[in-house]
Amino acid sequence: MSLVLAGLAGAVFGVGLLVSGMTQPAKVIGFLDLFGDWDPSLGFVMGGAVVVNLLALRATLATRQDPWFDQLFHLPSRQDLDLPLLAGAAVFGVGWGLGGLCPGPGLVSAAGLGQAGLVFTAAMVVGMVGLRWLRTPPR
Amino acid sequence: MQTSWLLALAGGALIGAAAALLMLTHGRIAGISGVVGSLLPPGAARDRGWRLAFVVGLLVPGAVAAVVAPEAIGASVRPLAWVAVAGILVGAGTPLGSGCTSGHGVCGLARLSRRSLAAVLTFMTTGIITVAVVRGLS
Repeated sequence: MSLVLAGLAGAVFGVGLLVSGMTQPAKVIGFLDLFGDWDPSLGFVMGGAVVVNLLALRATLATRQDPWFDQLFHLPSRQDLDLPLLAGAAVFGVGWGLGGLCPGPGLVSAAGLGQAGLVFTAAMVVGMVGLRWLRTPPR
Repeated sequence: MQTSWLLALAGGALIGAAAALLMLTHGRIAGISGVVGSLLPPGAARDRGWRLAFVVGLLVPGAVAAVVAPEAIGASVRPLAWVAVAGILVGAGTPLGSGCTSGHGVCGLARLSRRSLAAVLTFMTTGIITVAVVRGLS
């Protein structure tokens, strides 16, 4: 049951990405094209997602001590702004603007055998493994 | 135009509901880069079960859409070599910055996290600059 619900969460997430337009690089780049042919519609994706999640998260944390299938809610507690956070976000943003895909839409597009999604996802895996390998040098 | 705003809002609501479901059931942040990254070496997470189930769930709509609504999966508007560079930057930037559009955006902003707000403002800014630079060059 635990795995079914994790799978359901993933599936609903994937449908949301497809419905919203996040799996269309042209739309994403249009959203980021503030100084050109700006298409603000994707702002509603983040807006809708944050509002729904904020309300549901409040309700969950107000009514439950722990999640259904774990001992505790794994909520990050750090509040400091450090260089890796800002540098990583900056590098991610450049990649997002360059390709018009972020990790979720990249994976969904790859599953649909979209050429851009497949290339993006393969490269993303290389980047993830490479960065983690660099940060934890083998002894 | 109005349709695309409504679809964006509806899709966003689904994404928010999915993130809320993962928190309610597993107590986990639905950050795609984190969920996926922790499945990869080196130092893959021990709790692979829910992560794999979530990723498989995420992939299914993509495969279905390719058959029933192929227009939902847009073609690249950039040369594929650029897409490959973009993938590497996203792959390296997200673990360094502890998250992406979902972990910092959808989940972090809903938690009113200042780290996530800083990350969102940063990647929005560099994304906008990148698109402007590419527009200027072409």
